[in-house]
Amino acid sequence: MLKFIGRRTAYALLTLLLVSMATYIIFAILPFDPAALSCGKGCRPNLIEANRIRLGFDKPIWEQYWLFLSGIFVGRNYGMGDAAFSCPAPSFGYSFNENACVTDMLKQALPVTLSLAIGALIIWIIMGVGLGVLAAKMKNTPVDTGATIFVLVGTSLPVFVTGLIFLVFLTIKWNIIPLNLTGYVSIFSNPIQFLIYFILPWLTLAFNFSAIYTRFTRSAVLETASEDYIRTAVAKGLPAKIVLRKHTLRAALSPIVTMAGLDFASLLGGAILTETIYNLPGLGRMSLKAVYEFDLSVVVATTLFAAAIVIFMNLLVDILYAYLDPRVRIS
Amino acid sequence: MTKLLEIRNLKVTFPTDDGDVKAVDGLDLTLNSGETVALVGESGSGKTVTSLSVLGLHNRNTTRLSGEILVHTQSGSVDVNSAPDEDVRALRGKEVSMIFQDPMSSLHPYYSISNQLSEAYRIHNDVSKQAAFNRSVEMLEIVGIPEPAKRAKEFPHQFSGGMRQRVMIAMALINNPRVLIADEPTTALDVTVQAQILLLLRNLQKEFNMGILLITHDLGVVAGVADQVNVMYAGKVVECGKVDEIYYQPAAPYTMGLLSSIPSVYGKGTGRLSAIQGQPPSLINLSNGCAFEPRCSLKTLVTNANCATDKPLLVEDSAGHFARCHLDLATRKIYGQKVAAKGIN
Repeated sequence: MLKFIGRRTAYALLTLLLVSMATYIIFAILPFDPAALSCGKGCRPNLIEANRIRLGFDKPIWEQYWLFLSGIFVGRNYGMGDAAFSCPAPSFGYSFNENACVTDMLKQALPVTLSLAIGALIIWIIMGVGLGVLAAKMKNTPVDTGATIFVLVGTSLPVFVTGLIFLVFLTIKWNIIPLNLTGYVSIFSNPIQFLIYFILPWLTLAFNFSAIYTRFTRSAVLETASEDYIRTAVAKGLPAKIVLRKHTLRAALSPIVTMAGLDFASLLGGAILTETIYNLPGLGRMSLKAVYEFDLSVVVATTLFAAAIVIFMNLLVDILYAYLDPRVRIS
Repeated sequence: MTKLLEIRNLKVTFPTDDGDVKAVDGLDLTLNSGETVALVGESGSGKTVTSLSVLGLHNRNTTRLSGEILVHTQSGSVDVNSAPDEDVRALRGKEVSMIFQDPMSSLHPYYSISNQLSEAYRIHNDVSKQAAFNRSVEMLEIVGIPEPAKRAKEFPHQFSGGMRQRVMIAMALINNPRVLIADEPTTALDVTVQAQILLLLRNLQKEFNMGILLITHDLGVVAGVADQVNVMYAGKVVECGKVDEIYYQPAAPYTMGLLSSIPSVYGKGTGRLSAIQGQPPSLINLSNGCAFEPRCSLKTLVTNANCATDKPLLVEDSAGHFARCHLDLATRKIYGQKVAAKGIN
C-alpha cells in the first residue's frame, strides 16, 4: 500500500509540473504584455519598463518559470529599494490587479469554496442516495415515479435557473430564508449566520447533483439486486433488510465513492455559476475575474490548485476503493 | 426413508404482454431422504424455474404460482407456495439449501469466505462470531479445501471455479439441511473438476442422509449420481422413473432423442452427430396437443390419436415408470431398446 501511494504521489507531482509548464507556455504565447496591463491605460513607456523589471517580466520565460517554481518553496521578492515587497513561501506570484500576493488571495477564497462544496456534498449524498435507494426499493410505485420526475427536472434545469428560482421564491417572495447582506462569515465565528449565508447556494448545487445521484443509485441498486450473489444471500435465509443493507448496497454504492470524489474535486476548482449568482467570493469567481482581467499569476495559481485537487481526490478515491473492494486490493 | 419434499401439481406462470408463459405446467415430484432425484431437460424446459420455486425465490409480483410445495421438517410441514414469508425464510438455508450453476458469480465479491459462511450459520443459529468462524473452517475442511483456516479469510476472487463451487457447497451444508437443491452444479466447471464435485456431493449425501434435487441437462451426470429421473419438456414431465429404466428402457420419444444426442467417446460413429431436429417451442400459447409433436420422429407411427391436438397424459408403463406419449407401449419399447443398444455399443 505504501509503495502504491508513493508511486502515485510521484506521478501526481510530475503531472503538476507539466500542468504548470503548460500554463506558463500559454502565458508566454498570449499576445498580452503583463507589464503594460499592470500599470493601467495611458501608461508612459518608461513606467511600463520599470514595472516590467519590478515584476520580473523582463527575464526570459524559463527564468520566470524557475523563479515561479522556486518561489513556491522559498518565497519571492519583488522590486528593490523603497518599493521592495515580498510574498513569503509558499508564493504563487503576485497579482498586480489586486495588489496582493496570490497565496493570500487563495487563502481567502478557499474557505468559501470549501464551505460551499462540503455542504452541498453532504446534502446531495443524503438526498440523492436516499431517494435512489427508496426508488429502487419501491420500483413501479408512485414514489418511484416521483423520483423519476425529480431526476428529470433536476438534470435538465441548469444551475443559473434553479439558483434564480430559489432566490426569487424562497427569499424574496416567501421570505423563508432571509437575504444575506453581511458577506462571508466562518462557521467557527457565527454558525447561524454561516448557515443562512450558504443554505441557498448549497440547495442550488445539491439540487442538480442529487438528481444525478438519484438516477445513478436507483439503477445501480436495481442492477445489483439481480446479481447471482444476491440470490445466494436470499437463499441463505437472510431477511430482506439484511440482504439490502449488507449485500446489495455494499456493492451498489461503492462506485458512488468514485463519483462523489471526482465531483467534489471539480467543485473545489470553483463552482463558477453558483458563486456568481450568490456573489460568493470563492475560487471560481476569483479565477473567472482573473481570466477577464488577464491576471496571469492568479490564473496559473488557480489552474495549478484545481489540478492538484483533482489529482489528490483521484488518489484518495483509489485508496478508498482499494479499501472497499477486495479485488482491487491485491492487484 | 422419509419423505422430505413433495411437489404437487406445481404451475409457474409468468404473465407477459404477449400472453402467459407457462414455465412449469403441472409438475409432481417426491424426494426422500438419502435419495437423488434428477430433473433433466433442455434450456427453457422449466428445470431452474422449478428449483427456484422450492425456495420461494420467485418475485411474487411478476410470477403466478399454484399447486403445493410441501417441505416436511421435523416440526411439521410447510407449503412454500402458501406459507407466510417468515416461515419460508426460516426454511431457506436451514431445511432446504441450494447451490447454483455459476460459482464465479454466486459469491459476494466484497466479503471474505468466512464472512459469507458464518453469516449463513449465524442467521439460523444463535452462536458467537468465533464459533461461527470455527464452524466455517470445519465445513471448508469437509468439502476438501486445503488449509481451510487460512483460506477462510480470503476473498472469492482468490479461488478457482472448482474451489468456489466447494465453498458454495460448504455454505449450503453448514446448517445440515435435509434437502439440497443443486442447480446445474457442475455445468460451469472443467470435466475433471466436475467428477470431483459430484463425488463430493455423493459422499456428503451419504454422511448427512440428505435428499438431493439435481437439476441438469447433462445425462452423463445423471447416470452417475441420480436414483430417480424426471425428464422435462416445455414445462411438463414427459418421462420419469428409476435411472436404469430411463437409460436402458427409454419410453418417451423425447428421452430417446436426448439419449441418442449424447456423442460417444468410443465407437467409430458415422462422423455425424445426431440431434433432435427443431427448437423447443415457445411457452406462450402452447397448443393442447403434445408439445414435442413438431420435433417428434415417431409421430407418424401414432394411429390412435392426433398428436397435434390431443393432450397426452403421463401414464404408468410399468411399476414406477411413467411416460407421456400417445404411441402404443410395444412400439415405444422397440425404439427405446434400439436407442439404448446404440448407446451401449
